[in-house]
Amino acid sequence: MFKTYRNLWIALLLLIVLSPLGLLATGTAFGEWGMDELIDEVGFIPQGLAKTADLWQHAILPDYSISGLTATFSQSAVGYIVSAVVGVLLVAGIMALFGKGLKD
Amino acid sequence: MKAVPVSCRRSLLHGFFNVICLRGLYIFINRGGIYMHIPDGYLAPQAAAPLVAVMVPVWAVAVKKVQNSLKKREVPVLAAGAAFSFVIMMFNLPIPGGSSAHAVGAVLLAILLGPWAACLGVSVALIIQALLFGDGGILAIGANCFNIGVVMPFVGYYVYRLLKGRAAAVSGRGLLAAFIGAYIGLNVAALTTAIMFGSQYHLFRAADGTPLYFMYPIKVAVAAMMAEHLTLAGPVEGIVTLLGLAFVGKNYPELVSEGRTIKISNPEAGVTGNV
Repeated sequence: MFKTYRNLWIALLLLIVLSPLGLLATGTAFGEWGMDELIDEVGFIPQGLAKTADLWQHAILPDYSISGLTATFSQSAVGYIVSAVVGVLLVAGIMALFGKGLKD
Repeated sequence: MKAVPVSCRRSLLHGFFNVICLRGLYIFINRGGIYMHIPDGYLAPQAAAPLVAVMVPVWAVAVKKVQNSLKKREVPVLAAGAAFSFVIMMFNLPIPGGSSAHAVGAVLLAILLGPWAACLGVSVALIIQALLFGDGGILAIGANCFNIGVVMPFVGYYVYRLLKGRAAAVSGRGLLAAFIGAYIGLNVAALTTAIMFGSQYHLFRAADGTPLYFMYPIKVAVAAMMAEHLTLAGPVEGIVTLLGLAFVGKNYPELVSEGRTIKISNPEAGVTGNV
């Protein structure tokens, strides 16, 4: 898995280590607003949105962070790197499993 | 009220919404921008659910196509490529004014492994993002996989193929084609996303006339989305795709050679062996 295309994995590792750079963008993107921000910016909360916005409560690393570990930049950076590792392993793992039955 | 853009004039009639319309544009551009990951709550369930239903057969076809065309030794490339798409989406680039943009990598995957493989890889990345990290909605998975996992790689791939012609992938023309393919792929996907967002405003209203889900007209959604993606996110995607293709081509020329899909007996043939 890692031998043939070693440099691809090294590049991925580098991106994981550098990922906290992605935290430098501070604006809350539209759609990531909390309900109070919606009131502030839009003036009202659409009724359907209020009902369906929090459909999913099981994100284990919400917003690529570890709950309770977001006070400082370095804490957020740890959460971000952990998220990157978990995500990369899972996504690559699923694709590898999918490719198990393939032939040359 | 003199400065109301043309796109908002019709909603002026609605009195109440004229203010929202202006504020919508302002907010999108100045308050963090609008992303292509649709969260839950912004599409009506009756719009989001059918898109999941649309994606199921698309995934089924993608699985079949990839099983038939991908070689076992290319599986690590698919795994690393999908993981790359996941991690590159974490790189939010700060843009002056509080907005941000990030690349997706879908067109790079399509250039390296074909659009169907890109569809699978990006879809898996998007589903993991939604389930584990709350990035993009659960019910919106169909919409997000359609825009980012189908529209983007297919449009980008065919624009790339068209512009590249018979040139090698890692050549001036090939790399330029990759840049433009990625730029256009991302922007067409941004457009379909904006149409999905904005159409909710026109389709779904409460009894008192207020929007039930996405709260701005389609023109505002398209204007805000395209302003950002044509100027910022598009060029970023183009550069990431160009650099990624150059990196892969330099390290593993056999992956970018044209004869790749036909069985290559000598994998060292590389870029020059693609006639």
